[in-house]
Order: sequence, then C-alpha cells, then structure tokens
Amino acid sequence: MNLDLRTKYLGLELASPLVVSACPLTQKLDSLKALEAAGAAAAVLPSLFEEQIEHDEAEMTKAREFGTESFAEALTYFPEQEDYRSGPDDYLDYIGEAKKAVSIPIVASLNGTSKGGWVRYARLMQDAGADALELNVYFIATDLEMTGAEVEKRYLDLVAAVKQSVSIPLAVKVGPYFSSMGNMAKRLVASGADGLVLFNRFLQPDIDLDAMELHPKLELSTSSELLKPLRWIAILHGRVAASLALTSGIHQASDLAKALLAGADVGMVASAFYREGVGHARTILDGLSAWMAENEYDSVEQLKGSMSQENCPDPAAFERGNYMKALVSFTGKAI
Amino acid sequence: MSERRFVTTDGNEATSMIAHLCNEVMAIYPITPSSGMGELTDAWAAAGRKNLFGAVPHVVEMQSEAGAAGAVHGSLQAGALTSTFTASQGLLLMIPNMFKIAGELTSTVFHVSARSIATHALSIFGDHGDVMACRSTGWAMLAGGSVQETHDMAMIAYASTLEARVPFIHFFDGFRTSHEVNKVEQLGDDDVRAMIDMKLVQAHRARALNPDAPKLRGTAQNPDVFFQAREACNSFYDKVPAIVQKQMDKFAKLVGRQYHLFDYVGAADADRVIVIMASGGGVVEEAVEKMLADGEKVGLVHVRLYRPFVGDALLAALPKSVKTIAVLDRTKEPGAQGEPLYQDVVTALAEGWASRAGNASMPRVIGGRYGLSSKEFTPAMARGVFDEMKKASPRKHFTVGIRDDVTNLSIDYDPAYSTEGDDVTRAVFFGLGSDGTVGANHNSVRIVGENTPLYAQGYFVYDSKKAGSVTVSHLRFSPRPIKGSYLVSKANFVACHQSVFVEKLDMLSLAEEGATFLLNSTFGPDEVWDSLPIETQEQIIKKKLRLYVVDAYQVARDAQMGVRINTVMQTCFFKLAKVLPVEEAVAQIKNTIQKTYGKKGGETVVARNFAAVDGAIAALHEVKVPDKVTSKYHLNAGAQGNPPEFVAKVLGTIIANRGDELPVSAMPVDGTFPTATTQYEKRSIALDIPIWDSSLCIQCGLCSLVCPHAAIRMKVYEPEHAKKAPEGFQSVDAKGKEFAGLMARIQVAPDDCTGCGVCVETCPAKSREVAKRKAINMEPKLPHLERERTNYDYFLSIPDMDRAKVKGDTIKGSQLLRPLFEYSGACAGCGETAYVKLLTQFFGDRMLIANATGCSSIYGGNLPTTPYAVNAQGQGPSWSNSLFEDAGEFGFGFRLAIDQQIKYAAVLLARLEGQLGGELVAELLNNPGETDEQIAEQRRLVAALKAKLAKIDSDDARNLIASADFLIRRSVWSFGGDGFAYDIGYGGLDHVFACGRDVNILVLDTEVYSNTGGQASKATPRGAVAKFAAGGKPSRKKDLGMMAMAYGNVFVGQISLGANPLHAIKTIRAAESYRGTSLLIAYAHCIGQGINMTTALTLQKEAVACGYWPLFHYDPRDEQEPFHLDSKEPQGDYKAFADQQARFAMLTRSNPQEAERLAGLAQQDIAHRWKFYTGLAAASRAEGSSGEGK
Repeated sequence: MNLDLRTKYLGLELASPLVVSACPLTQKLDSLKALEAAGAAAAVLPSLFEEQIEHDEAEMTKAREFGTESFAEALTYFPEQEDYRSGPDDYLDYIGEAKKAVSIPIVASLNGTSKGGWVRYARLMQDAGADALELNVYFIATDLEMTGAEVEKRYLDLVAAVKQSVSIPLAVKVGPYFSSMGNMAKRLVASGADGLVLFNRFLQPDIDLDAMELHPKLELSTSSELLKPLRWIAILHGRVAASLALTSGIHQASDLAKALLAGADVGMVASAFYREGVGHARTILDGLSAWMAENEYDSVEQLKGSMSQENCPDPAAFERGNYMKALVSFTGKAI
Repeated sequence: MSERRFVTTDGNEATSMIAHLCNEVMAIYPITPSSGMGELTDAWAAAGRKNLFGAVPHVVEMQSEAGAAGAVHGSLQAGALTSTFTASQGLLLMIPNMFKIAGELTSTVFHVSARSIATHALSIFGDHGDVMACRSTGWAMLAGGSVQETHDMAMIAYASTLEARVPFIHFFDGFRTSHEVNKVEQLGDDDVRAMIDMKLVQAHRARALNPDAPKLRGTAQNPDVFFQAREACNSFYDKVPAIVQKQMDKFAKLVGRQYHLFDYVGAADADRVIVIMASGGGVVEEAVEKMLADGEKVGLVHVRLYRPFVGDALLAALPKSVKTIAVLDRTKEPGAQGEPLYQDVVTALAEGWASRAGNASMPRVIGGRYGLSSKEFTPAMARGVFDEMKKASPRKHFTVGIRDDVTNLSIDYDPAYSTEGDDVTRAVFFGLGSDGTVGANHNSVRIVGENTPLYAQGYFVYDSKKAGSVTVSHLRFSPRPIKGSYLVSKANFVACHQSVFVEKLDMLSLAEEGATFLLNSTFGPDEVWDSLPIETQEQIIKKKLRLYVVDAYQVARDAQMGVRINTVMQTCFFKLAKVLPVEEAVAQIKNTIQKTYGKKGGETVVARNFAAVDGAIAALHEVKVPDKVTSKYHLNAGAQGNPPEFVAKVLGTIIANRGDELPVSAMPVDGTFPTATTQYEKRSIALDIPIWDSSLCIQCGLCSLVCPHAAIRMKVYEPEHAKKAPEGFQSVDAKGKEFAGLMARIQVAPDDCTGCGVCVETCPAKSREVAKRKAINMEPKLPHLERERTNYDYFLSIPDMDRAKVKGDTIKGSQLLRPLFEYSGACAGCGETAYVKLLTQFFGDRMLIANATGCSSIYGGNLPTTPYAVNAQGQGPSWSNSLFEDAGEFGFGFRLAIDQQIKYAAVLLARLEGQLGGELVAELLNNPGETDEQIAEQRRLVAALKAKLAKIDSDDARNLIASADFLIRRSVWSFGGDGFAYDIGYGGLDHVFACGRDVNILVLDTEVYSNTGGQASKATPRGAVAKFAAGGKPSRKKDLGMMAMAYGNVFVGQISLGANPLHAIKTIRAAESYRGTSLLIAYAHCIGQGINMTTALTLQKEAVACGYWPLFHYDPRDEQEPFHLDSKEPQGDYKAFADQQARFAMLTRSNPQEAERLAGLAQQDIAHRWKFYTGLAAASRAEGSSGEGK
C-alpha cells in the first residue's frame, strides 16, 4: 500500500512530517545532507542569537580598542583588516550554503532581544534565502514589576513587527508558561504567526557545587516531555488558523504518530538524532508508515488531528480530567 | 586607480602611500615612530593593494633592523625595488649595510622618521641624531618638513635614486611629522607613474645578480686599489644635485608644488637668515611672515637636499644682503666645533662666498641647537633667534627652547610672542587613553579637512604611563595651509574630557582670553563651579572664559558605551566651536562612526555610538560664571608625600607637567636617577579598588602575589602595631603555626591601584552566605579613599618581617617579603609586572638588572618616576637599560665585572689578612650566600670589614673598601620581552647560554611585540593575528626553552603565575640559586593579545590545562633527572582557550577557513610538543644530565 506522508507546514509542501529541530546538527552541511537523505523533510537552523551578536561585536571592539591611543609607541595593537566579518555574516552565508547543499526547505531561526534586532535579522535571513523563519522567543521576566500582560504584549508586538518586515512564512516558538496558553496562541496567530512551534525547551542555569558558579545546562529531551506539547497541540488544533509543530519529546515513531494525531502538522526532532544518529530519521518514518499501515491510515493528512481535543472521544481528558485520571492510575483509586 | 585628491593623513601614511607604489619588497623591523609605515604597507599588501607595477608588494618583518637591512640589500642585489622604514637605533643597525648599498651604487630609498638616539637616556621622540649618524654612509638625504612635503619628497627621492644610482634617506621629524595629521594633496597613481622612469627600473633590474649573465660584487680589495676604487663613484655623486633638482622641476610641472635643493623664504633684502631643515622650517616661516609684516628684514632657508650638500646652491638661495646667518641643528654632536648643518653652511660660505659676493664681507654665522627629542620649537623661539642675530655680538653657539644655566648657552625669547591668526580655531582636548579622545579628534580633523575648504592639523601628546595615560590633543583649523608644527598654546577652545583632571592639571594656562572651556562632569551647570579649584576659577574669571558642562559619562552609559565618552565630547565640540554647521558635523561624525565600526564592530557598536552622539547636545549646558573665586582648594600638582629634595624639585616639576621649565642644572649629568620614586607620584586613577573583608580572608597571599602594581599587600606583625593603629585599621590573628601570636592584614594602596580587578578575580575565599562576595571586593574608591590612605601610610610604617623567618618558597611567605618594584606605569592588569615584583621580593636587595628596551624598560625606567624601590636599609635593585638587542650581553657584562671584583677583593683580603684577622677573611670568602640568613650574615661581615679597613691607612685598604660590597652575593638579571629574546637579542642570548656564567634571564613572553604595538615575533603562536601576521601566524612558536636546554648547562624554567604560582615561585628560586646561566620563560598576558585583563590569570590556567603552555624546568644540577615536565597531560579544548582571545578570534572573522585550519594545526602542535616533552622527560630520567651544572 502506498502511504502518503506528505504534509503542509507554514504553507510549505513537505515530503514527510519529520522536521529537524533547531540544533547544531543543522549547522553542519554534512549532517544536514545526511538528515535529508534519511528522510527529514525540512530543517530548522540553530538560532541566531541577537544578544550573542551584540555581545560579540561589543567585546571584539573592546578587545581591539583596549589600550589603544594611550601610549605613543603603541597606538594600536592589531593590524587593520579590511575584510572583516562580524555579527550575522557567517549565519547568513550558511543559509545560502545550506540551500545549495540540500533541497529540503530551510527554516532560519532567530532569537532576538530588541524589536529592531528581530526585524533587521529577520529581513537579512529572508534575503539570504531562508524558506521560512522561526522566531525563538525566550524572555524571562526577572523584573518583578512587569505584569503578564506586558510580557504578552512584547511577544505580540514583536511578531507583528517581524511579520511586517518579511514575506516568507513565520513560525513562532514559545514556551508553555502563559496563564492562558490558548488565548496567547490565538493572539500570536492574529499578530501574524503562520505557525506555532510548541514548546521551547528553555536553557536553565545549574549550580556548580565545586566552583559555586552558575552554568547553563541543556539536557537531551526524553519521550516523557512529549505530553505537555501534545496536550496543547490537541487543544489548539482546528481552533487557530496556523500550522502547528510539536517539538520536545519525539524520539520514536509512536511519538510522531501521537503528535500528528493530536493535530501537529509536523513533529520536530533533535535529541533523538544525538542518541541514535541522524539515520534515526528513517527509522522513525518507517515506523510511522508501519503504524499507519497497521491502522489503515492512507495519509498523514488523514491522521492529523484525529485525536485533537475537538475530535477525540474524551475532550475533557485534555482538561482537568486528565489530571484526575493520572492520579487515579498512580494511586490506584480515585481521591 | 587613484586620482589626485585632498586627504587628511599623517607623515607616516603620506610616506607609505608612495613607498607602497614604488616598491616590490619591503623588509622591515618595528621601531617607534616609524612602525606605522611598515604596518600600513603590510596591511595594504594583505588587502591586495598593488604597487605601480601591478603586483602586490611583499612586506616581510625581520628579526632586527640589521636583518632588515641585510634582506633589503639582498633583495636589491637580486633586482627588486626594495625599501625599509626605520628610525633611531634601528637606523644605526642598518649602517653597515648602508655603506655597502651606497658603495655598490644601488637605487633605493629608506624612509626615516628621525628620532633621538639613546645616549644618557632613551627617547622615542624626534630629532636628527639618527640621520646625522649616517652622513658618512654615502647616502643622499632629502628632508620633508611637513606632511605634504614628506609625501612629495618621498616621490622625488624615488625618482632621483633611480636616475642617480645613489641611495636616498628620505627623512622627516619623528612624531612631529610622522604622527601629525594634516590635510594634504595625495598624488594620484598617474603622478607617481609619470615620475618613475621605467627604463631606469629596467636598468636597476639589469644590474641584478643573474646567473645567465654572471657577475661578482663585494670583493675584498687591498691597499693597491681600494682607494682608487672608492673614488670611482665620485661622478655619480656629482650628478645627484642636478638630478634631484630636475626631478623637483618635473614634479612641479606635474603637480604644481615647486621645490629646490634650498628654498628661501623672506625679504629679498634680508639681513638675518635662519637655515633649518625639516619641520622646524614651517615654524620659522610663520615667524618670518609675521616679522616681515612688522617691517623686519628677515628670511629663512629650508634645506631640502642635505646630502650631497651643495654649497653653491645654498649660496644662490641666500640673499646677498644677508649679514647674519643662524644655522639651527636638531641634533647634538658633543665635542664638535658645531653641529653638522652649521659646519656645512660655514664650509659652503668659506668656499664660495667670495666668488659669489665678491668683496662683500662674509656673513657672520652662528649655530644653535633646538628641538632635541621633540622639544617644542615655536615661532617665539625662532623670533628669539632672530633677535639674538641682531645683537652686536650674538652667541656663536647657542641653544634655544631650554634654559641652560650651567654653560649658559641658551638664548632668551618671549614665550608670549605669537603668530597665530584670529581666524584659526585652536583647540586643546585633555582626555584619557581609554576614553577614545584621540580617536575622536583624529576623526574631527578628517571631518573638517575632507569636508570643508579649511585646512586642519592634529597632533597628539601622550604621557609615559600605560595605565591611566593622559592624552592631550592639539587641533588647528585654518583657512590657510598650516605650516607651523608646534603645540597649541593659545587655545580658543579647551576641553577637559575627564573631571579628575580638574584637580591635577592646569589646563587653562593654554586658554586665551575669551576662549571656551568645555568640561565633562557629573556636576550639573549649577553645581560644577564649586567643584573647580581656585586656580581654575581664577583663570575662568580673569580670561573671561565661557564655561560649558556636559555629563558625558551619563550620556555614554545611557548609550551602553561604558567609559567611551569620545563621540559625546566630539559632538559638543562641534556644537560650540562652530567650525562647520552642527547638523553637518553630526552627520559627518555618524558617517565616520559607520566607516569605523560598520564592518568591524557591526551594527551594535554603530548604534551605540549614534545614540551617544544624539544624546550629547541635549546634555550640554552653559554655566553662568560667578564674578569671584569661591573654591577652597588648590590644584594638586607635583610630587606627593615627603619626597627628597631632588624628587620634589625635579621629578615633581615633571609630574606637574612643567618639565619644560626645568633648567639644565636640574638634570643629572650622566642620566643617573634615584630609584624608589613612584611612591611620590600618586595618580589615583582607579574608580574602584579592592576592599578587604577580614572575616572571609584565608591569608593565602594570592591577591598580593598577582597584583601587577604592588598595590595590595600583606603583612604579619606584632599585636602592638594593631593596638597603635588608626581607627578602621583592622587586624586579624595571623593564620599558621609559625605566626602564632601575631596579627595580619591585607592592605590596598588606594592611590596606586589601577582598578584592574585581578586580585579580586584571583581571591579564592568566598562568602558562604553570599556566593559572589569574596575576601576582597571591588568597591567604589571615593567612600574608602581617605580611610585607606591613612591605613596604607600606617601599614607601610609597620616593620617588615625578618626575611630569615619567612618561608620564601611558599605563596604566602613570598608575599611577606617587601616588594622592591611598586606602582609602575604598566597597563592595568599587566601580565609582566607581577613576575618582576616577585623577583624583587626574593632578590631585590642584591639585584642588578640589565633591561632590554621594551615594555619592561618603559614601565621600569620612564620618567618622571621609576618603580624599582628600596627596603628599610636602603637596598634595592640597581637597574639599567642598554639596548633592545643586547640585554643578554649587558647582563653578562655585569657578571664579568662582579666576578672580577670578587677576585680582586679576594686578592686584597689575602694581602690584608694580617691586619684584618684570618677568621674574618675566611668567613667572608667562605660564606656560600645561598640563603637570606647567609646573605644577611655576609652583609654584617662586610660592614665589619669596612669598619676595620677604615682604620687602615693603605691603598689596599682603600681599594678594598671600594670593592667590598661585591663580596655580598649579587643576583644578576637580564629582563626582556619575547621580541628581545626570540628575535633581536637571540644571537647574544645564545652566546650567553654558551658561556654558562651566572646570569639569570627573565623572558616576559607576551608572544607579541607589546611595546611597539602588537607586531608578530617568533614567539607569536600559530594562528594568532598580529601586525605582520594579519592572516594569522602560519608557523608555530619557536621553542626557546628547548634551544637553551640543548646546551645542557643552562637552567631553563617555563612558568605561569596564573596557572601554578607555587611552581613559578620554586622555579624562580631554583633558577637564581643555580650558579650558571638560567632562562625563565614566563607567560605574560598582555593587552596585545586582545583579552579581558581582569580574568587573564584564569586564562593562564586554561593555557596550561590545554597544553598550550606546558610548565617545565630543566635543572643541570639534577644529574638523575634534569628535565621535569611539571604540568599535567593536556586536557580540554585548545579552541575554547583560543576563542576567548581577540588575537585568535579575529581570524575566525576575517578568514574562518584559515582560522579553522590553523587552529587544527595548533592543536596538533600541542600534541606533538607534549609527546616530545614526555619523551624527553623519560630520556632525562634514564640518562641524566651531562653534569656540567655541578
């Protein structure tokens, strides 16, 4: 039987619902090519961090200028260089190289800090040939005076500003920590998001007990992380006019099947490739095909959202009922 | 193809533009102030800029000027058009080859930014001492007097040398012209092409060595023919003047500027004429113009072609009416009857006057010296010379610009005399090196020069410190070309970019009446008046100055610019000075920012600068000046504390920026100065200083060990000192059994600290409750200043511990020894000085230091004050600097003298044994001098010896008194950087190794030429970007340690204070204790590496951990196992270590693929070296040493 794995994400026609999530594997042409060969239908490049560019530019300038024009014998310490790359040059060049190296769509990813920065880099990425953009919004409101409404406004303003400046599709990757995730998703789409990527896995600081210092830490995801985005994909499916991508926790074919059933247009994978190698893309897709065949699905389109909150037999399970159910199964009796 | 156009540039660049076009090979070696020329041509070559012939010239850095000259000679002999750039000692090192090049009639031009030669002292500044030393080489000499002339003369020199076959020195005044920024007309490529006759280029090539047409040059000749052969070149020299004039005429036809061998300016019937060469000419010209307008009959002759000296042409240039000629020489030839130009002029007159002027009596000629080491030379001084000439009996030989109260040679002049026009904007800006003032002013000169019809001039004065250096920018904007190269002394605009200067510098003495004074201050327009000292208020009122204030710090902070207040102040200047409409100025400032940072710094830096510019004008306020002085305090200039008389009167005057006022009698006659003088120069440059939290301190001593400035110290003392201490002077129980019952304290020197933060970064003691808090913490200085000043004074008064009771071979113990190197002017966070300081803690009381020229000689010996100090007994390092290249031999010479003196003393002791007593003599001769105790004992014995000798009336006794001190063990050290040890001084160093005498060599290895501004050395690592390695150094670092070890009898230690301080301490002590030659290679981080200086010691740890800088020592005394690899097997990522440093990271931005390739090779280097070293260690264990070290 000929299964149709095609899906549409951000208006892009994809050969399968397996997309490589933003990770260092997509930053190298070799692994990018291998992922394409293994069936990945699109790739999100690692995020360009505006903050990092700013820091880098400022630090390099400081290092170049430190101690200059102070002492008559050493007015500078480094040679003048006319061909000098700074900021996003490498990233933008890589978009072009990646486009040449593979035929799958390339989604550039951006993590900004200022509205000006978001807009500027988004446009540069579009000009460099990206098929779509993924805004990786990561904002930690450490200012205790800042309200939730203000935080939300930041997100919405940002999406609107970027949307206005580019013509390629725009996905927004956010975390789950909004008081009303559904409403937030709706407003993000209203502000211009063509797709939502759920959810961002935030880099969390860890304490080094020996050095008594903080170190950022990011661990590979596990299948257990699937459930949080799964719920929200299911809730949002059919209710927001945007593509949905599930990221975090897809490690095997069954995870991808669940994502699609909940309503995702694509599933994004990264950690599993680190554990199993890039060839694992083929394993997941083969597994998905086998499961679909076994369960008599003809196409991914058919599969998508059939277990969403709207379509599933027990909609309440995606609400508080789900919580109760879990507790019952854990304690063996209803509380 | 470049067109002729007006550009704003300096003399070095103006020269390089021509040199780059006219050469195929340039072999160079960096030396101030010529380094910029080689650097520019190298950068242009790296960027693919072609020469006139369509190829990119090859620029190569050699190991010394001698090497550069050899390479130039070779390249010329092989047919390439070849040049070099140099100055001062560098030019002297080229002299042997210069004789050869001239003797072989070879066409070339050497570009020399003329600089003083080191005599009683080194000076980086300008005079003609170096070029005058080349008079006998047979080179033609062509002088440029301004940036424009320097550009033009470079061209004329190339055109002339090709035709004449006589090589040319093209020279101009170091700094005054090499570094002055001025508006000039740059020749177009077509102009240069028109001046270069390709047939002559082809003829040059045809003379090259060529096996297809073999020839031989460089024979050895004998008495029979050498003389005749030497005379055979005469006709070529005879033709030079005509050729030069022909090229000058051709140039004039082409470009419009007419030069002659001698150019006369002045009255046709002048009775008084000055003859002068280079930048002084423009100054005299200003005076002449004004005096002519005042009806005086004066004139001057600019000397263009100095060699060959054409007397007839000089006479032709002189008006026949001249009665008195004053020849001004910017050089000194002690013992000569007059300076060189004077003698040439006198000879010309003696030989030719009669034939030119018949019976008219020959003019009287007087000769004067001026402007040595860039001493100011002003129109007022020129006027003074003219006035002297008017006298019935003027001095035959004189000086001008100084006060010579010893031999009374100096002439008087009226400093108030001025030739400055009212329509000239004259602005002076006082800034800090770190605040970007100079860069902004450079840009202002460019903005005005290139966007208005005005002419613009900028000259920048720097002080001798590397940390907290004060810069003074002198800018002129004029509707006429600016001829006079001298500092602004009647400014109509004075800007103080740092409010700390207000208390220390008399800036307004430069302000003329009605001038504008712009002050950057955190005080607002209503408060700032009261912050000014009495003298400043007085001058503001008296001179009717308009006072403006801006809080540029706040504007810069708001724009995330940190301390870079430059663009804020620049915008305010344009707003107030009205040189061009402020909107246009702002647009141009932004344009410049975009050009400067658009590519290199990226949009972030551009945006921040724009924000600073935009915020500036709104923050600018005029201050209503009260009509009377209200301040309660005076300017605090000069030496501080209780200085000895010489320090107070002489050094104090220099500190107060009034060194120009010191008379000859104030100066030492032979360059000898007292040590321990930095203590009287309290610069107080830190904004934050380390404050001790005694409750957390573990008394490890690391903070004191790593402090580059000896500005944080530790003492252990008797409780009685704690009891008598001033309030707030906290003491705690000293930790450690050996210190039971004693008290301890860590103390900051608040006025000497540079605020680098290295101590806090290094402090290992952290609070349990607040993890970020350490046992020392950087805090704003002001709230602590008064208390810590009092505390520091008291701390110093507490006696140091008895050295004999201190375990010097521990970190803590080492820090209880008093540093005899303190408060140097090195960069904040310097990676070298902590080593120097540590050595003085161990051996300072008996140290002789032979210091190679470089950073360590500058922070070690630059006036006004010097950091080598003395202990309570008045003993301390005795220091001298010979040259850059010979610190090895210089120190070796110390050792020879000492050993010889010891031998002589032993002879005398033997002779006097009967009178002195056998026991004393035996004790004196047998004391091993290994420990502090033994050395202290020897000092007692020598004192006893001298006491006895004083009572013996004999020559032997008196001679022994003179040599007795040598019986106390001397610790002989040669200090230098990697430029010295790996490059220019290596040959000598190698010979010192081979000789095996007891000389200790400390190499402060920053892996780059630090003092001259970041040129690559053979210590520069693979992949690092440096000047002359713009594409990343392709080859690996030279392994100096291994080369020394190959001798078998040299102690070698490679150390890193940041990575393993205890290893450094033990290795240093072992090296010194070795009675043969010792080499210590010390990892010295440096701003030239492009690193965060505060965390540099952590970087050193990473350097050792990843195997980049393995620690080892080779001790020839250890027969079983001389070589010890003292660091662990490399772990971690070299790339992660490298990426934190701009020197490596820059390449990833300019050429990522090459950066990756070189980083890969560098990682391999680490592996190979480790393998080699481990193999060596194993072999060493198996075979032991040769035993020569015993």
